[in-house]
Amino acid sequence: MLYDYFIAPFVDMFAAPDFLMQVLWEGLVSGILYALIALGFVLIFRSSRIFNFAQGIMVVFAALTLVGLHALGVPAWISVGLTLVVMFGLAVTIERVVLRPLVGQPDIILFMATIGITLFLIGAGETIFGGENKVMITEELGIPTGDYVLEPFGGLLILQHLDITVVIVATLLVLALLAFLNYTQMGRAIRALGDDHQAALSVGISLQTIWVLVWFIAGIIALVTGIAWGARAGVSFALEVIAYKALPVLMLGGLESITGAIVGGLMIGMLEKLFEIYWGQPFLGGNTETWFAFVLALIVLLFRPQGLFGERIIERV
Amino acid sequence: MLYRTAGQFKTSYKADQALFPVRQDAVLLIAILIVAYVIFPLIASEFAYQTLLIPVMIYALAAMGLNILTGYAGQLSLGTGAFMGVGAYACYKLITIFPWMNPIVAILFSGVFSAGIGVAFGIPSLRIKGFYLAIATLAAQFFLVWLFEKWAWLYNYNASGAIQVPNTEMFGIYLTGPLASSVTQYYLVLVIVSFMTMLCINLTRGNLGRTWKATRDMDIAAELIGINLMRSKLIAFAISSYIVGVAGALYVFMWKGAAEPNLFDIPLSFQVLFIAIIGGLGSILGNYLGAILIVGLPVVLNLLPAALGLTISSALVEHLNIMIVGSLIIFFLIVEPHGLAQLWRLIREKLIIWPFPH
Repeated sequence: MLYDYFIAPFVDMFAAPDFLMQVLWEGLVSGILYALIALGFVLIFRSSRIFNFAQGIMVVFAALTLVGLHALGVPAWISVGLTLVVMFGLAVTIERVVLRPLVGQPDIILFMATIGITLFLIGAGETIFGGENKVMITEELGIPTGDYVLEPFGGLLILQHLDITVVIVATLLVLALLAFLNYTQMGRAIRALGDDHQAALSVGISLQTIWVLVWFIAGIIALVTGIAWGARAGVSFALEVIAYKALPVLMLGGLESITGAIVGGLMIGMLEKLFEIYWGQPFLGGNTETWFAFVLALIVLLFRPQGLFGERIIERV
Repeated sequence: MLYRTAGQFKTSYKADQALFPVRQDAVLLIAILIVAYVIFPLIASEFAYQTLLIPVMIYALAAMGLNILTGYAGQLSLGTGAFMGVGAYACYKLITIFPWMNPIVAILFSGVFSAGIGVAFGIPSLRIKGFYLAIATLAAQFFLVWLFEKWAWLYNYNASGAIQVPNTEMFGIYLTGPLASSVTQYYLVLVIVSFMTMLCINLTRGNLGRTWKATRDMDIAAELIGINLMRSKLIAFAISSYIVGVAGALYVFMWKGAAEPNLFDIPLSFQVLFIAIIGGLGSILGNYLGAILIVGLPVVLNLLPAALGLTISSALVEHLNIMIVGSLIIFFLIVEPHGLAQLWRLIREKLIIWPFPH
């Protein structure tokens, strides 16, 4: 009994290393996407203390806009550009209409406002584009769709070109973001705002500009995630669920930490796949991916209440 | 004028701390209770029971449970839907295992199970705070819904994976199941909800309520003045989950009639959270106002196009509804972040000093 649960899965892993590698690869690809979404969350949270629940629906909205524009006959790459314009418009609107009147309200009110945005975008998306599933315009965007078949240890390992592209693009995007945050004036302003609101305001950093900027960055991230995930699973409102996956990533990594979002995303992506394949499906009836990440993050948080990389919580009375 | 308090003298501390220090509040409440107990049953149609009266009560009860935890004890929870599910499944198991059991007893007892599970998931709140705790309660949400789906014992190994409410009766009157009439169910819900509301009002006014408020406002300071945080938080989780569990049992047994696991998924949690926040955190009245708004709004919006003579497809109406509800939530948050209860509080203040501005 104990052997079945605690030893046999590991024996299986070593018995078929190629399969293990396949599982880890799949986990890595979803993990990097979780990390991307989590990065969007972290940027917004750091600069405004808003826990942006609308990130998931922004992914869907961006993907729907892209597909919808292309369906109207706009060439693929121009649709990408236009979608970015739409996401920028969305960022400006959200800042003007929702966030500005709510400055200084308690966190939970801002959080609820982002859920209001989520509902609005769900309704708007379904009204404009319809609720049915759509196919992402993978080939039109020039994303390769073949696969490499490798044979490590005499086994079989299939790497989809699509997944490789996703990993490369996501990595580049993360690196670009890090460079932006560390080496440009705007990026440093975002970080300053994250460190201390009032001090940042007093040296002349504009709150409004930065908020529009971070929401726009979150929109770009949403578009990239939407394309990547849409190419794997089709574009539908079910995509919203992947945003929930970014939440345990945030818990695990810490709400303020960019490193945490990346490390947490990769960890959760791989561990949940491993758990699902080696424990979930044989013993628990499968589909454990819906909760595993949350329970894992919960256990980590019991020992480190601020997450692995979060700012140390100092409480004063 | 109507609300003038002049002439209502208090001669003892007891009178000053009474539930209704202002006489008009009591009169207003009695009027509302008469409307709810006597007038609605006389005039309500089947449609009104099923789309407005019963759901408003049940949602208000669920929001009250959440409000105890979030509004009074300050622990943000996003797992309400799953705890409602625990109540519903517990009630279903109780009634199918003990068919002789009185359904009212079963409904009230099923809350005990969700209270137990609530405490278990509340333990992390001793270390985790704020949004981290909110995400931690999502662990309960996703895990429990997964469990409802995978643990076949819970739905008696039905092929459909859903629970069906059986017919049960008391004194020859059907209380649950397809044979029960809406009036019976309405009265049953109303009695249970009124009783729970009274309980909540008195709990939050008493020692326990003050302990919770201290914990909410600043837990370290609360600890310093001698409040046992562990006790205070876990009791909040227990009572909140108990009420939410009872609301869940009522939700399925008195209203829906059948339930699939995904009924208790995250949209339900958010709906209850909306009611609590739009109504006003830290207020009992607010839950009712919020429930009326959130339950009533889609009904009104559905009827509106027909009333205006417009022909819009039902799918479009539904999508527009979601959009409008979303924007109204934002609108209400901007206009009055402390909720509808605060609006009532302001109106009442104005009425008391009317016609003077101060």
